[in-house]
Amino acid sequence: MDMSKTPRTMFEKIWSRHRIMERPDGQVLLYVDRHLIQDGSAPAFEMLRQRGITPRAPHRTFATPDHYVPTDSRDLAVIADVEKRNMANALMQDAARAGIKFFGLDDPRQGILHVVGPEQGLSWPGSVIVCGDSHTSTHGALGALAFGIGATEVCQVLAAQSLWQRKPKTMRISVEGQLAPGVSAKDVILAIIAKIGAAGATGHVIEYAGSTITGLSMEGRLTVCNMSIEAGARAGLIAPDDTTFAYLAGRPFSPAGRDWEQAIAQWRTLPSDAGASFDREVTLDASEIEPMVTWGTSPEDAVPITGRVPDPDAESDVRKREVMLRALSYMGLVPGTPMTDITVDRVFIGSCTNGRIEDLRRAAAVVDGRKVAPGVEAWVVPGSGLVKAQAEAEGLDRIFKEAGFQWRYAGCSMCLGTNGEVGAPGERCASTTNRNFVGRQGTGVRTHLLSPEMAAAAAVTGRLTDIRKLTAGRAE
Amino acid sequence: MSLKPFQTLDAVAVPIAQPNLDTDQILPARYLQKPRSNNFGEYLFRDLRFRKDSSEDPEFVLNKPAYRNGQIIVAERNFGCGSSREHAVWALYDYGFRAVIAPSFGDIFSSNALKNGLLPIVLPEAIVSEMLAAVQAAPGSRIKVDLAEQTIVAPAGAVHSFDIDPFAKHCLLNGLDELDYTLSLLEHVAEFEQRLDRAQS
Repeated sequence: MDMSKTPRTMFEKIWSRHRIMERPDGQVLLYVDRHLIQDGSAPAFEMLRQRGITPRAPHRTFATPDHYVPTDSRDLAVIADVEKRNMANALMQDAARAGIKFFGLDDPRQGILHVVGPEQGLSWPGSVIVCGDSHTSTHGALGALAFGIGATEVCQVLAAQSLWQRKPKTMRISVEGQLAPGVSAKDVILAIIAKIGAAGATGHVIEYAGSTITGLSMEGRLTVCNMSIEAGARAGLIAPDDTTFAYLAGRPFSPAGRDWEQAIAQWRTLPSDAGASFDREVTLDASEIEPMVTWGTSPEDAVPITGRVPDPDAESDVRKREVMLRALSYMGLVPGTPMTDITVDRVFIGSCTNGRIEDLRRAAAVVDGRKVAPGVEAWVVPGSGLVKAQAEAEGLDRIFKEAGFQWRYAGCSMCLGTNGEVGAPGERCASTTNRNFVGRQGTGVRTHLLSPEMAAAAAVTGRLTDIRKLTAGRAE
Repeated sequence: MSLKPFQTLDAVAVPIAQPNLDTDQILPARYLQKPRSNNFGEYLFRDLRFRKDSSEDPEFVLNKPAYRNGQIIVAERNFGCGSSREHAVWALYDYGFRAVIAPSFGDIFSSNALKNGLLPIVLPEAIVSEMLAAVQAAPGSRIKVDLAEQTIVAPAGAVHSFDIDPFAKHCLLNGLDELDYTLSLLEHVAEFEQRLDRAQS
């Protein structure tokens, strides 16, 4: 059979181009084009040192601290916990020792790795990108095969610039049609996870397709791919197109000049061939997607904002009922409560899911001329120093600050609280992040995942709110 | 570098009846900055095992006397989903666990587990549910694992076989480290890099 005529998926093309060799059990040694490292990388460097090895390809490695940095200061010395401070300092030292490019807190390019990579033009279509962080799936929005790895694998990539992988299965999720006003990329991915479940794509690489996906901006696509891992998929991909190329053009680490033309020509060959087959196909109708919000402790627990807290008594499966009861008990919610009756104590706008400039613009448009509701603590944490600077150039910081938001520096912050920025037990937080797990934003903190505009709406009303009620009569 | 070989295991099984048990619950993020020299077993399921006043919650399964010496977890679907933190595996391992049986695992967790001497065993949901019910009904029940044979013996005596990547099996059985193997193949990586450089120049 002539393999060149067999229609191939985009995943298949990237996989085969990075295949160094195959071992007898069928696993493939995959070459890594870009390795992104953050301030959680100290254990991997320690493993490397124990073996007396130095990084093989420092020029393919990029570092910026995001997990442990404070977002109310740019001074690592303010980190009270010495072990947390050590993590941030270790990255700086390990990067310097190995000759790895490093964006520190004094550099406006610092930020959350999954915001910085695309922003700097480091995330190229058709490349393999890994990082010791599960949200590395984000970079798939540019057509890269990008996935999160553990510390031992980070050590392996530092040592050998490659990784053993068993070929995953493929799943195409097609979303077709026009999104309604007030509905954005975050709602699309929450609707997808609600449909297929938190383990719906385990063992698969997702390719997102369809007119809704191709109609999204680059930043919207990044939001969708970011949460692939919340559906169980290590990686999610979107075919590169003119939106992708326009986004990458002129960025600091994008190919330039003659290289740019060659790169585009090569990138245009990446999309899945017509007739390529996927192990699974899922379809969604965009017109049915409403603004979404989670009620429980798994991202799959998402409902339209017009919905109610589900009733465990309506669940026939005893096991599932127990799980729901436990989630509702943690969340402090009564079955049947309209979602819009749920009041919030905190609002968090930021993270690798929704900490980009378009996210902040949409949130600011809702906040403009309004005030944060009494008793609500609302934060904006831009995804990078450059996002922060851009927002300030546009006056978005003033809108947030005048409304009563805290306007902070870039970092992961309250998405997972590794830097100590967490809520108090029992607090309820409307959050643009990616995980509503038990204790994720602090012990006992109750997280509701939603879009930036919905988070902004919750901040100004003090409760989960249908964004469409607030924007009625306002120009978008 | 070498790990302790994993060959057979005959140990008390601990039921963890919670689907989508994420790595944040296995090892809360506030311990991620601890160096590996820590005993991460102390932080395992920290917010489930301990109450606000740091006393043990007697209701949590690991605190029940019959399960204290458990080395095998019987779990539900999507165990270890979420964050890529290898610390979740270190916590289970340091506490004393050597195997987890579930209908499915988070992909990154599963990969991390195999590199640290913790065996993730995938079995059909119906079989795992039955096993979960059995170890809940009879606390202290034992499960036997034979990695070479790729079989487990459930408390009631039923034998089930499981799949595992042959190479991961080889490494676990012999306490070998994958990186040593990879480092012996660097000439292939170098050849690939030369091809890459030529293609890009």
